[in-house]
Amino acid sequence: MVKLGRRTRPYRVFAICNSLFMVLLCVVFLYPFLFVIARSLSDGFYILRGQIYLFPRGFTLNAYEVMLGDPRMIQALLFTTQLTIIGTLVNLVLTVLAAYPLSRRSLKGTAIILAGIFISWYFYPGLIPTFLLVKDVGLLDTMWSLILPDAIAPFLLIILMTYIRGIPEELEEAAVVEGCSYWRILTRIVVPISKPVLATLTIFYAVGHWNQYFQALIYISDPDKYTLQLRLQIILDLWSSRLQIVQTAQDYGSLVAEGAQAAAIVIATVPIVLIYPFLQRYFIKGVTLGAIKG
Amino acid sequence: MKTRLLAKPGTLPVRYAPALTAYLKKYHQFYLMLIPVVAFYIVFKYLPMYGIVIAFKDYSIFRGVAGSDWVGFSVFERAFEQPSFWRAFVNTIRLNLLSLIFGFPAPIVFALLLNEIRRRNFKKIVQSVSYLPHFFSWVVVYGILLAFLNPYSGLLSGLLEDLGLEPIPFLADISWWLSVYVGSGIWKGAGWAAIIYIAALSAIDPDLYDAAYVDGAGFLRSTWHVTLPGIRPTIVIIFVISLGQLLSIGFEQPFLLGNPLVSEVSSVLSTHIYRLGILQTEFSLTAAIGLLQSVINFVLLLAANYLIKLTGERGIW
Repeated sequence: MVKLGRRTRPYRVFAICNSLFMVLLCVVFLYPFLFVIARSLSDGFYILRGQIYLFPRGFTLNAYEVMLGDPRMIQALLFTTQLTIIGTLVNLVLTVLAAYPLSRRSLKGTAIILAGIFISWYFYPGLIPTFLLVKDVGLLDTMWSLILPDAIAPFLLIILMTYIRGIPEELEEAAVVEGCSYWRILTRIVVPISKPVLATLTIFYAVGHWNQYFQALIYISDPDKYTLQLRLQIILDLWSSRLQIVQTAQDYGSLVAEGAQAAAIVIATVPIVLIYPFLQRYFIKGVTLGAIKG
Repeated sequence: MKTRLLAKPGTLPVRYAPALTAYLKKYHQFYLMLIPVVAFYIVFKYLPMYGIVIAFKDYSIFRGVAGSDWVGFSVFERAFEQPSFWRAFVNTIRLNLLSLIFGFPAPIVFALLLNEIRRRNFKKIVQSVSYLPHFFSWVVVYGILLAFLNPYSGLLSGLLEDLGLEPIPFLADISWWLSVYVGSGIWKGAGWAAIIYIAALSAIDPDLYDAAYVDGAGFLRSTWHVTLPGIRPTIVIIFVISLGQLLSIGFEQPFLLGNPLVSEVSSVLSTHIYRLGILQTEFSLTAAIGLLQSVINFVLLLAANYLIKLTGERGIW
């Protein structure tokens, strides 16, 4: 789309500056991450002297060997992977089960249920009542405390409902005439057609679980169930010292410590960077759709 | 008339009952699907609302929510007497206002500039890169910040040293800390926040630009008279919603970036409730603070919606 009135000289100057500025922004967004990767692959000697900029110096995989050789890190990786898979499945099943009936405006009772969902979205009872509930139902220190309390994200529910409402009714009517149950229609028609938007949901839920930090902090005290982000925070704090450099040094050896923390950051981020291209493809549409309707 | 006589007092009219049975027979599967959903909302969203009553009780773990004694508003009085509560209250508003002043225009400017890029691939790449940080956790962002700012081996500290300058305590000095807080928030969130403006920009009718050109408008004037009015509803809504969230603040950013040296400004309601409630088990006190926060938030939200409607835009609901 070439807009008229944008062929003047000053505009061209602006356009060039603008493009350069955009390139600069990309650097600003990407560089910090590349810098951490470079640190994670560098010799501790250069890191401590602050001599790493973009490329690793004194290339070594030491930091990764240390991190992946640490059973606590492996535990956090395995637990978080398990949490991500099971949690996302639970999220998806519940969101689909909610979205299909609730997307039918004519179904009696849906308006009340939707109102209930939105009230709970706008009125948050607070951290403490939620915490006490999780404690009372015996979920403290279990993986389920990280899954169940927020099993349905209202925003994603709206996106899916909007999408299902767009499915032509004739498809469903035809299936009803042929004697299909609504369960079958859900699994054989609605879910397959909704695949693109389900991909969006999967990614959002999965990223949420992978980045799980806050709830793990309050609900989990058993170190065997620490999530990756919680473990990462502990590793970072040892270093930044809420002032205990000594501790890290004892844990990982002083020359490796800084690189090890960089490696931990990279390990915690890699899956997100890997799925990013897919994420790209699906979610923008979903987000704008939900934003408009919501 | 006959059908009415057949119905016993207090039951459904007969004519209606078979209709309901038929309705349920036809649609019961939908209600079966909704059972787990409704159960989830009742247990995890509405039962905690009952738990709010401990804000008016002297809650004891052993006696439970129902068994604890009512104490009226005395818990709130106790909360208000604590300077740490007021500090968290003021800090929450301060951090949110700073983030609003500097963080609110950023995605709009970014969207406007990106909108002027003509090569579609370039535009797409820039946009994709811009919201990558949104998907990093705050722990990761905190780690990245440390790699730059940590006084022993951070990149910036190293550069300052090379230039012969004094090291800057980025995370330990209050005014530096505030800049880091606001800056990291923009870095992480601006690209993501721009999505909605970019969508609004792409919805503007290109004919409007041609018409403006025919009327003699240059680039700046068509931006002022076409582009900005086109995204004005979006700007207004997002701004008013942000105002409505002045007292709600995420936990992770202030908690992770904060440290004892800057707690004077970094202690906010969410971290205050965490420290006092979860770590020191002051359940009644923190439930009261949380309730106060929720109520103010809810009122602010209603006010925000009212404001939006005053400006002539469609409200949130």
